[in-house]
Amino acid sequence: MELKSLKAVTSAVALLALGAGLASAGEDDQLIINGETEMVTRTEAPAHMEYIDEIRSGWTFRSDETQALQMDDFDNPGMIFVDQGLDTWNEVDGSEGKSCASCHDGPESLAGLRAAMPKYNEAAGEVWTMEMYINDCRENRMGAEKWGWNSNPMVNTTALISLQSRGMPVDVKIDGPAQETWEKGKEIYYTRYGQLELSCANCHEDNYDNLIRADHLSQGQINGFPAYRLKNAKLNSIHNRFKGCIRDTRAETFKEGSAEFIALELYVASRGNGLSVEGPSVRN
Amino acid sequence: MKRVILSTACLVAGVGLASASEVAPENVKYDEYGAISESLTGVPGDAANGRVIMGTKSLGNCVSCHAISEMAEDVPFHGEVGPILDGVADRWTEAELRGIVANAKMTYDGTVMPAFFKTTGYIRPGDAYTGKAAKTDPLPPLLTGQQIEDVVAYLMTLKEE
Ligand code: HEC
Ligand code: HEC
Repeated sequence: MELKSLKAVTSAVALLALGAGLASAGEDDQLIINGETEMVTRTEAPAHMEYIDEIRSGWTFRSDETQALQMDDFDNPGMIFVDQGLDTWNEVDGSEGKSCASCHDGPESLAGLRAAMPKYNEAAGEVWTMEMYINDCRENRMGAEKWGWNSNPMVNTTALISLQSRGMPVDVKIDGPAQETWEKGKEIYYTRYGQLELSCANCHEDNYDNLIRADHLSQGQINGFPAYRLKNAKLNSIHNRFKGCIRDTRAETFKEGSAEFIALELYVASRGNGLSVEGPSVRN
Repeated sequence: MKRVILSTACLVAGVGLASASEVAPENVKYDEYGAISESLTGVPGDAANGRVIMGTKSLGNCVSCHAISEMAEDVPFHGEVGPILDGVADRWTEAELRGIVANAKMTYDGTVMPAFFKTTGYIRPGDAYTGKAAKTDPLPPLLTGQQIEDVVAYLMTLKEE
């Protein structure tokens, strides 16, 4: 009950902030985190994009108030979950008596990983997301239970690992063995699902920067994931966001971890090639 | 006993009434430009109710994409995805507006505006906003024939000249 009303207040504040910020919409604001890490939030679109010249981080579409929350780690509510992720990182679990740290030392050893995710895994012969790499370690190296896609330890760990690449440009590979999956993701991006017959592109390519009811549409980039949303006051995974957007077209969604969402993640990530890794970002 | 007979009779009468006058979505006749000249129900539209349908999230939710100045005071947050509807009755006839609301794709090829009186031909249709698979095929249309008549009656009041 208490939690619920707190959430209601947070989303009311978010709504207000949205309205207030619209005039400026932070179009030309620059994102510098903790006064030192300069982020690329607008840049030339990668060559494979046909209909957009400039790509923009979701941060540029948020109100001044929401933007400010991401400019200092003490204000970013997502950082609490990064701390929890660090505890998990060091926690021994499973039959082999190991933690993540037993093999990887500190999380900084994984700097650069987020920027290249998802990527083709030679041994598995398919494209893997970060969640799949993490669960592979848990099952096959630690002898521990797999984590659920949206479970707290999973999302917190992806936030901890993403943070190690903060400020690095997204650079996912779309050719070679990844190409087939990328093409499949592209097809999904342009498919008009559900009774409202809307594709990702209808909202995030044809209408970014427009309001849809009270929401200021962004380009639907994933460089900020996992994202802390003021709306539900927690970190949200990429596939969870995809699911919400497809549900809003009155469609039957795909599942987190499905082949469809893995392909879509690769395609959407590639539309952000050149933007800085922001996770954990703050969004409404 | 008597009562049972009576209510059955009512039911039959009710069903008969609906099927005789309300056109089913698959039988609607669009002309080559996407207009529908005949009323979907034969019952005149109620503009006041149409206004409510357009501004209500669980009904037409038309304001999520269209702004209407006349509604600004009591319905907050109008979208920018579609054109502003002020003066729309000066631009289109009633038949054309009925066609746009029933299935805008017949007027504008490939438009993002959803079809409100269509029941089949969807990719992965869902059960409303649950994210689960649709329970029926065909789906119930987003608005009933009478709701569309009501919306059209309201749109016909949006005149500037
Ligand atoms: C009916 C409109 C609509 C459709 C269709 C839609 N989205 Fe969204 N999406 C939104 C809205 C509204 C938001 C929240 C505001 C924003 O960031 O754009 C959002 C947010 C997002 C975000 C978060 C961006 C950020 O920076 O936090 C991602 C990622 C995203 N969408 C991806 C997708 C993908 C992929 C699809 C197709 C599977 C899709 N969306 C389809 C409306 C839509
Ligand atoms: C997802 C967005 C969306 C929704 C929801 C939507 N529309 Fe539209 N509508 C559009 C767009 C976009 C156009 C312009 C056609 C085009 O160029 O694709 C349009 C065009 C129109 C027009 C013609 C406008 C003119 O000025 O010529 C009318 C009338 C209209 N819509 C009414 C409605 C009504 C009534 C509803 C709700 C029952 C509704 N719309 C819901 C997007 C939408």
